[in-house]
Amino acid sequence: MKIIVVGCGKIGATIIESLVNEGHDVTAVDNNSAVVNDMVEMYDCIGICGSGTDCNTLSETGVENSELFVAVTGSDEFNMLSCFMAKSLGAKHTIARIRNPEYNDKNLGFIKQKLGLSMAINPELLAAKEIFSVLQLPSAAKVDKFSRRNFEMVEILIKNGSSLDGVSLIDMRKKYTAKFLVCAVEREGEVFVPDGNFRLKTGDRISITASPFEIAKLLKSIGLDVKQSQNVMILGATKTSYYLAKMLITAGTAVKVIDQNKERCEQFSEVLPEAVIINGDVAAQQVLVEEGINSMDAFVSLTGVDEENIIMSLFATTSCVPKAVAKVNRDEFLGMAEQIGIETVVSPRNIIADVLVRYSRGLQNSMGSKMETLYKIMDGKAEALEFLIEPDCEIINIPLKDIKLKKNILIGGIVRARKTIIPTGDDKILAGDTVILVAAGQRINDISDIIK
Amino acid sequence: MNRKMVFNTIGKIIVTEAALLILPIITALLYSETIPVFAFLITAVIALLVGGAFILLTRTKDKAIYAGEGFVIVALAWLLMSVIGCLPFVISKEIPSFFDAFFETVSGFTTTGASILNNVEALSHGMLFWRSFTHWIGGMGVLVFVMAIIPSTTKGSMNILRAEMPGPIIGKLVPRLRDTAKLLYVIYIALTILQVILLCFGGMPFFESLLHTFGTAGTGGFGTRANSIAGYSPYIQWVITVFMLVFGVNFNVYYLILFRHARQALKSTEMWVYLGIVAVSVAAITINISHLYNNLSDAIRASAFQVASIISTTGFSTTDFALWPVASKTILLVLMVVGACAGSTAGGLKVSRVVLIFKNISREIRQMLHPRSVSKVRFEGKAVEEATLRSVATYFAVYMVCFVVVFLLVSIEPFSIETNLSATLACFNNVGPGLDAVGPAASYADYSNFSKVILSVAMLLGRLEIFPIIIAISPSTWMRKYR
Repeated sequence: MKIIVVGCGKIGATIIESLVNEGHDVTAVDNNSAVVNDMVEMYDCIGICGSGTDCNTLSETGVENSELFVAVTGSDEFNMLSCFMAKSLGAKHTIARIRNPEYNDKNLGFIKQKLGLSMAINPELLAAKEIFSVLQLPSAAKVDKFSRRNFEMVEILIKNGSSLDGVSLIDMRKKYTAKFLVCAVEREGEVFVPDGNFRLKTGDRISITASPFEIAKLLKSIGLDVKQSQNVMILGATKTSYYLAKMLITAGTAVKVIDQNKERCEQFSEVLPEAVIINGDVAAQQVLVEEGINSMDAFVSLTGVDEENIIMSLFATTSCVPKAVAKVNRDEFLGMAEQIGIETVVSPRNIIADVLVRYSRGLQNSMGSKMETLYKIMDGKAEALEFLIEPDCEIINIPLKDIKLKKNILIGGIVRARKTIIPTGDDKILAGDTVILVAAGQRINDISDIIK
Repeated sequence: MNRKMVFNTIGKIIVTEAALLILPIITALLYSETIPVFAFLITAVIALLVGGAFILLTRTKDKAIYAGEGFVIVALAWLLMSVIGCLPFVISKEIPSFFDAFFETVSGFTTTGASILNNVEALSHGMLFWRSFTHWIGGMGVLVFVMAIIPSTTKGSMNILRAEMPGPIIGKLVPRLRDTAKLLYVIYIALTILQVILLCFGGMPFFESLLHTFGTAGTGGFGTRANSIAGYSPYIQWVITVFMLVFGVNFNVYYLILFRHARQALKSTEMWVYLGIVAVSVAAITINISHLYNNLSDAIRASAFQVASIISTTGFSTTDFALWPVASKTILLVLMVVGACAGSTAGGLKVSRVVLIFKNISREIRQMLHPRSVSKVRFEGKAVEEATLRSVATYFAVYMVCFVVVFLLVSIEPFSIETNLSATLACFNNVGPGLDAVGPAASYADYSNFSKVILSVAMLLGRLEIFPIIIAISPSTWMRKYR
């Protein structure tokens, strides 16, 4: 598929990388020739130096034959204009990054319709949503929601002294009454789909699928906390913080935001009257202690500097805050931050890349099923996908034990009429179901890809 | 330096060469030439063993290729390919001396066309085929070929393409590297087939048409006869003239004509300057040599053929141009240096570099007159980046240095300055025949082994545009400690 990406910043680069790895023909466009050269050198794409709002540049990229046009520069207005022009010049689908809060309320539908946008992406909002879900279930490292929240996948880190240490999956199912499935395990950097005899070990990260109710039941019986965070401290008055604070306040959580910039603090207090806004040095630990970091349920570091986020989250962990979340933008830091003991690391650029990968595969996939959701789990080494099954799909009405699945693929759950089924060998997939799959080390475009 | 990946990639290239040896084996079988068949078979087995050993011994997870690795891979791969490629000549004893065979093979792969053979007709069909086929392989580049057939998503493969493709600015035709490599070969093969058909149509036997097409397509210059193209009809001479020029044009132009906008293709400044130089040179030489010919059409044909042959750095000849007046010979020497377009199979400095050098000179002069003026050099409708200009200037400087060094090293031979100068220029720019003692009627046979090695290196320097070789032999590339 021919895809044009305008803007090769951090977000743009991640998008280009994941789309190239998906096997698409990607054209990278940016004003800055040095950045374009970097892209061409690093990824198998073609680069054009020019403005994304210049007709000549756009036609040079062959926009008229392109299937997908993505504008992710730093400026919302530029992205909108660029997408509008691309659409007028013949691009089939356009996606713009629009992140300013003022465009993201009621206006967004209007803007999308008038500009003919297929999708507007907002990394800050998506990151805030992801953090919010985790804060609702603080004992999980990551929470991904499927099928309009009827189904969840949570990632749990098995900590030292956990009751799961040394337990095999068969025993685990016997021991706990909840209906769940362990879909994927990450051990020493490798991700695989485990079988019943697999024994869990301290340090493993496991992904569990179940309905939200069952997950809460399971976590409770394992001895993990399932109460949502009541007291949250947010570092940095950024766009992400704004979206997150707003969601938290609506959910009834007490929010404290700390930032060193007076002006931004004032803006925040204007739009978020319920939150406590503190104007102080975010890197000064004394300020945090003074503001009661020790009595917080959760600590979220969302400043624009990765290093600051990592260090301050570490500080929160050592100050006995039960949940610390760090926003990390650089890919290199992601694994590192997890290694040094920050349980939840959120990367806006990877979230966006997931969204685009899902969208591009959705454009490609053929008959019989429709991809609804795609999450990269376990550092992108595995994928969790949600498909809506249509009547002409080839695997319906067959008992699952008779379907020969490829290696490292697992059907994690079926949602039928809002009811969750944790599948056994005798269950069948029916038309109209939503199926949640986990696949490690391969690419699934369509539900029929899972058969051998 | 990711040494494992370097040798792994080189291994793949050597195996590819083993596979390519199947074609001369078939040819030799068709002409029932027993000794050549065995010579090729032994060589193919050696190549398979060496390449296979490289691949098996260097399996690694770290598949990254950076700029440095790209240069080293290209330089070493070409050297090894030439060493293995010359074995058939040595084994079959058709060119018994290793140095002679090495010179001949390097001359083949680098599309130079300089020969140490005084009597080409004595070679067997298999060897003739292999000799010309090396031109065809070397013209577009082995690594490009390997990339077109081997699926690899290695990070940084672009660095290999950049190191092997000539020219100051290397871009891809389409987003995927593999598709770009495939497209280049599709265009290359299509043009090759077209020329073979046209030559056969002119009455040239199929085998000779094929070999001369290989020589033209790679802008090499090996033929099947000692007097090159002189013995063929005017029609064939004109066909070859046109195709030599065609293969000297940037392949991007053909891509644009075939798959996108022909109008955009016609805007190529480099192509027009190239054709302009050809037109002016043909006119000048025709006037200069008209008294040697009975009628004007013969003079035009001779000068057009020679100009096309030299500027595209092919090196075919229809007459012994060493006997032409000094002015014509000098023009030809200058054309050797200029070369054809970037992104083609030709050698030389490349027209785009020459244009950029002149534009840069005129800008510098303007800058001297108006010290505060700010101006950008424009080329192909776009402002040229300063980094590109700098690299062009540097390349020209390195080019001159290398030329002087080779010229000095060769000067110990007991030949005239004209011979040595033209030999150096002809080898360094991948042209082939020079003037005087190395003219079209003569060969490089009389040079000493030492000079043959030096000239072989000069050919490699010219084909790979100097830097890969220098980087591959500089110790700091290989040392773990950087100082």
